[in-house]
Amino acid sequence: MINLRIDTRASDVAVSPSENGQSDVILMTRNLNFWYGNTQVLENIDCDIRPREVTAIIGPSGCGKSTFLRCFNRMNELIPTARIAGSVVFRNRDIYARSVDPVEVRRQVGMVFQKPNPFPKSIYDNVAYGPRVNGYKGDMDEAVETSLKRAALWDEVKDDLKKSGLALSGGQQQRLCIARALAVQPDVLLMDEPCSALDPIATTRIEDLIRELREQLTIIIVTHNMQQAARISDRTAFFTVAESGAGVLVEFNDTQKLFTTPTDPRTEAYITGRFG
Amino acid sequence: MNNWRSAPRAQPTADAAAHQPDGFELASSRRDSLRRKLVERSVHAVLFLCAVISILTTTGIVITLLGETIQFFGEVPIVDFLTGTRWTPLFASKSFGVLPLVNGTIVVALVAIVVAVPIGLLTAIFLSEFAPARLRSVVKPVLEVLAGIPTVVYGYFALQFVTPILRDIFPQTQIFNVASAGIVMGFMILPMMASISEDSLRAVPSDLRQGAYALGATKFEVVSRVVVPGALSGILAAIILSISRAIGETMIVAIAAGLQPQMGFDLLRSMETMTAYIVQVSLGDTPQGGIEFRTIFAVGTLLFVMTLVMNLLSDLLVRRYREAYE
Repeated sequence: MINLRIDTRASDVAVSPSENGQSDVILMTRNLNFWYGNTQVLENIDCDIRPREVTAIIGPSGCGKSTFLRCFNRMNELIPTARIAGSVVFRNRDIYARSVDPVEVRRQVGMVFQKPNPFPKSIYDNVAYGPRVNGYKGDMDEAVETSLKRAALWDEVKDDLKKSGLALSGGQQQRLCIARALAVQPDVLLMDEPCSALDPIATTRIEDLIRELREQLTIIIVTHNMQQAARISDRTAFFTVAESGAGVLVEFNDTQKLFTTPTDPRTEAYITGRFG
Repeated sequence: MNNWRSAPRAQPTADAAAHQPDGFELASSRRDSLRRKLVERSVHAVLFLCAVISILTTTGIVITLLGETIQFFGEVPIVDFLTGTRWTPLFASKSFGVLPLVNGTIVVALVAIVVAVPIGLLTAIFLSEFAPARLRSVVKPVLEVLAGIPTVVYGYFALQFVTPILRDIFPQTQIFNVASAGIVMGFMILPMMASISEDSLRAVPSDLRQGAYALGATKFEVVSRVVVPGALSGILAAIILSISRAIGETMIVAIAAGLQPQMGFDLLRSMETMTAYIVQVSLGDTPQGGIEFRTIFAVGTLLFVMTLVMNLLSDLLVRRYREAYE
């Protein structure tokens, strides 16, 4: 059920390429507000995401990080009581405009979830799922191989592509999910705490992979591990819970600056471990 | 142990133990623990008894069934029984080939399945994936009401309502016919089919749905390529249980399908099922103890074996699907 209502049309919001140098911003939010039922989860978020960078989103539990991430591929609207206002602009197009099909958005903005969620199908069919539903006409074997290679999983599974995706280890499953997302050739990859269910070695492999993928696409990653944000991201956004109970964007800067010279006292309190 | 708490309850012993204050405490606690043990044991015994009753009943039924069946096969060779195509135990020239009854049973069950599986599965998909919560909260109880209708009502519904319609469309339809019994039986097993399928559809983790949506799948693609395949073994189990229910169903076929054992697949003619035959003999004036009467035990045993195999099969499938996501 899609009960999503858009309160503010794109035209109400200043969105001009000249103002935000088109090539510098692939995704941006303006006045983004979000509610579950009557509870406001996000309040007035303005945020510009640059292409081919890793943007990390950090903040205490309940600050709306994951909700914010899911605004970029319209996954929130699968929740019946969700309501959004403001705009999310992807390549100068408001993805919440009435003419935009959410399915179209999700084909360009892929997503990897917190818990690995391979389909109960073979490794091959897991990767081929996206291209198939998107009507891919090319060589499927090649698409599967390319995607598995990009996700650094090919060498481990090339001999049993018919094996169930569920038979893999947790870290392999997560890389399979990354391969599955990459197979659709998205421009942006959203990652919602992709390592939180993994052991340190598997985490390292995913982080290496994120650094490699950074060359090819835009990555936005939610993490509650500040070291991870510092290790892999170019820029970091710090969210916190305002007094109203809604999540707000406190500070958004180059990762190095944010962690060494935070400008907001709340950011400093969080990254030094005095809060959250 | 909380001796001080149990002391008031041990009052009657206070006099006897008055000159031995320490002993009083001990005695009361011992008495108390004795009582507790007694209660524990009797609860245990009652529960055990109940369990034993149900086991004994089942065993008793099976023993009776098998005893009579073995006697029956002493007089009629089992091979003749299982392969013969003439079933005339109540006539002067007796023939004990059970296949016409099996044929009737399977044909009626097939008609029922053809009705129940598509409608039940689509209902389940609608309820689990498409229906808003409010609509689901109305449709589910209605389905359960359908499951609560006595089968004898279904039987008369078949005979008085469905058969006349069939006769309007196909004039050669016999009064008692397989089609109307099968169609109505399909509606009878529909709630079970829909309910078990819906449970297994809803058991597919929402993570998988989200994963598919995130890849740009439409709702239809999510349902048809992730949710239904994920729930497949549960759906198969629902189908098998429905078949098993259809095979064992008695009232509808006894009322609406007729009592003529015959081979073939003509749905507009009357056929006799195994269950209907058992009813016919049990209610008729067949004398007990004779070979005619023993036939119902042989038929009953065969029916029992058929549904048992079905249930085991569905059990196997359900177990497989439970493991699928762990």
